[in-house]
Amino acid sequence: MIRTPLRPLARILSARQKGENPDTIERENLRLRHEEIRDKSRARAEVRLLFLSLGFLAAFATIGARMGLLAATEPMEPRTAAAGAEIVATRADITDRNGRILATNMQTYALYAQPRDMVDPGRVARELAKIFPEIDPVALERRLTDGRSFLWIRRVMSPEQMQRVHEIGDPGLLFGPREMRLYPNGQLAAHVLGGASFGAEGVSSAEVIGTAGIEKALDARLRDPAQSGTPLALSIDLTLQATIEEVLATGKTMLNAKGAAAILMDVRTGEILSLASLPAFDPNDRPNPLVKGDPGDSPLFNRAVQGVYELGSTFKIFTVANALEQGLVEMDTMVDANAPKRWGRFTIKEFQNKNYGPLLSVEDVIVKSSNVGTANLALMIGAERQAAFFQSLGFFEPTTIELVEAPGARPIVPKRWPDITTITTSYGHGISASPMHLAVAYAAIANGGVMVKPTLLQGGVPQNGPRVMSEQTAAASIRMLRRVVGEGTATLGDVPGYQVAGKTGTAEKPNAQGGYDTDKVVNTFASLFPADNPKYVLVVTLDEPVETSGSEPRRTAGWTAVPVAGEIIRRTAPLMGLRPVVEPPPVDELTAVSN
Amino acid sequence: MRPVFFVFSFLAVMGLAFWAYRENYATQAALREMTKLQNEIASLREALTLQRAEWAYLNRPERLRELATLNFDRLGLLPLEPVQFGAAAQVTYPAPTILPGMEGFPDIDAPVSVTGQTDPLTGAEIAPSPVDGQFP
Repeated sequence: MIRTPLRPLARILSARQKGENPDTIERENLRLRHEEIRDKSRARAEVRLLFLSLGFLAAFATIGARMGLLAATEPMEPRTAAAGAEIVATRADITDRNGRILATNMQTYALYAQPRDMVDPGRVARELAKIFPEIDPVALERRLTDGRSFLWIRRVMSPEQMQRVHEIGDPGLLFGPREMRLYPNGQLAAHVLGGASFGAEGVSSAEVIGTAGIEKALDARLRDPAQSGTPLALSIDLTLQATIEEVLATGKTMLNAKGAAAILMDVRTGEILSLASLPAFDPNDRPNPLVKGDPGDSPLFNRAVQGVYELGSTFKIFTVANALEQGLVEMDTMVDANAPKRWGRFTIKEFQNKNYGPLLSVEDVIVKSSNVGTANLALMIGAERQAAFFQSLGFFEPTTIELVEAPGARPIVPKRWPDITTITTSYGHGISASPMHLAVAYAAIANGGVMVKPTLLQGGVPQNGPRVMSEQTAAASIRMLRRVVGEGTATLGDVPGYQVAGKTGTAEKPNAQGGYDTDKVVNTFASLFPADNPKYVLVVTLDEPVETSGSEPRRTAGWTAVPVAGEIIRRTAPLMGLRPVVEPPPVDELTAVSN
Repeated sequence: MRPVFFVFSFLAVMGLAFWAYRENYATQAALREMTKLQNEIASLREALTLQRAEWAYLNRPERLRELATLNFDRLGLLPLEPVQFGAAAQVTYPAPTILPGMEGFPDIDAPVSVTGQTDPLTGAEIAPSPVDGQFP
């Protein structure tokens, strides 16, 4: 390149002759040179930008093409990699604590139609109606001939039905594989398991999603592909569950009850060994929820967890335990139990208008189940401390059990605590909770005053929850509860060798008019056993039972829930490996005296 | 020299092509075999799941209870009761069997107390040795 000089001599000289400033020539040349440099670098930059944009274009085009390809092609399982169990099972099995299957998957087929390929829609509709009785042939034929190109006919079917559909031999009928949820034990533990149904459905596969119970509550865990090979082990024991459901069903029939529920819980670990609610349903064929009437009448309703009832006298032990814990009374302190007690415009009466008073020891308040004695103790405790104690026992919040129904079952707690509320809640009226709440609270007593969290999952370890009462109070409460079964209102529940301790509760059901029905009651028996070293809590609730063997119908828990609970303990305790023991005589029967 | 080189290169190309051709078909065959095996594994797994489900169905407590009720007398069953628990000391062990011809012999299991020793040849008494277990 020839470089132009900035001050060409010829032009400088001629400019000087003309008397012009030669520096302008230099500046002009400098400007031209700069322009030239600028043009050159711009051209180079443009080329670079072009290459860069071409590069980006190529990169994005590659990514886009790859994405389009991935989106457009049918998914294919990797053929060269070894197939693990995780590819096969889509939803993890559910087993009981001993590994017995409660829920598993089964391969079945869905039936769909492509009416355009169909030879004779009328015949197909008639033949299908013969195989599947719920199909209306006229309506199906209309749907097959209205011009649509795709139609689902059945979600699942048995191999026999599939063979018969094959034998129709129409090319427009096609099958799509389905993983179906199967509950081999039928109605057993139905309320725990809940049920499952199909979510998003495609021709070659369908999503299985939980619809209720633990299937829905732990849906993410059950669907997790990384854990689909390991079954979800529940704390439920299938044998215990079957036994309890059998005894409960017998009791429900014999006592003409509308419903029944039972919870058996390990007091150390909080594991629920059995949770039964009757009437039950078959999770394989889950009924539809009721559209009218009381949802509590549906078999889908889990009475043990969702059923929020006034639990009656079973609450008295909490009031007494609270009074002992506050140091207000001792077990042998005499309290006023003169019935009936008037408080403002209310009258507090005893069962059958009895009078256990004028004075009754704290222990006898529980043994005789005195409303007035409990009410007077509650007034000594005061509203604030009583509410705080109920709250610490978990009666203000829904239980944390792994069921999708649990968070919705919020206890009904009075908003304010005037004295009359203090009185009624002390014997379990005016405060409603589920049998699960009651089981948790009794487990705290049985566990030496330490709360446990109920769980449905196996592998519970002894829990170190918050302490709600001292060990001495818990021990005293258990002693009183033992006397209730030994000589009080629950003698029918005494199983020789197992030292059952417990408290009965009979609560009249509130009616639509705002009052109480005297002939409709909820009977509850909350028990723990064996009393000298409590291991299990059993809560049995019967809805509207009536015992008719006597001259007049009996509706107290001592005649209904207690014998059922006793039979459950007699049958299940040996199954749990509990050895019956000869009970030592009460220590306070002999008193050393000297003179 | 050059023609030889060309001939060798040509032969090498042909050889590699043949090798690639065979490898291609071998790979496809292996993949087909793998697919077949995986299908077999999948169907076996499916059958296993089904059989497990069937096992659970046949062993459901309700059915077992019915079977137990049906065969209650024939099998001499008893309901499980708390009173059936016992201590190990309560278990009666079978009486020791006495073999035929051994009736007159004393019980060899019974403990024997030894107070002195007798020389088996002379019948004379031997004083117990000061050291246990050492006999003359």
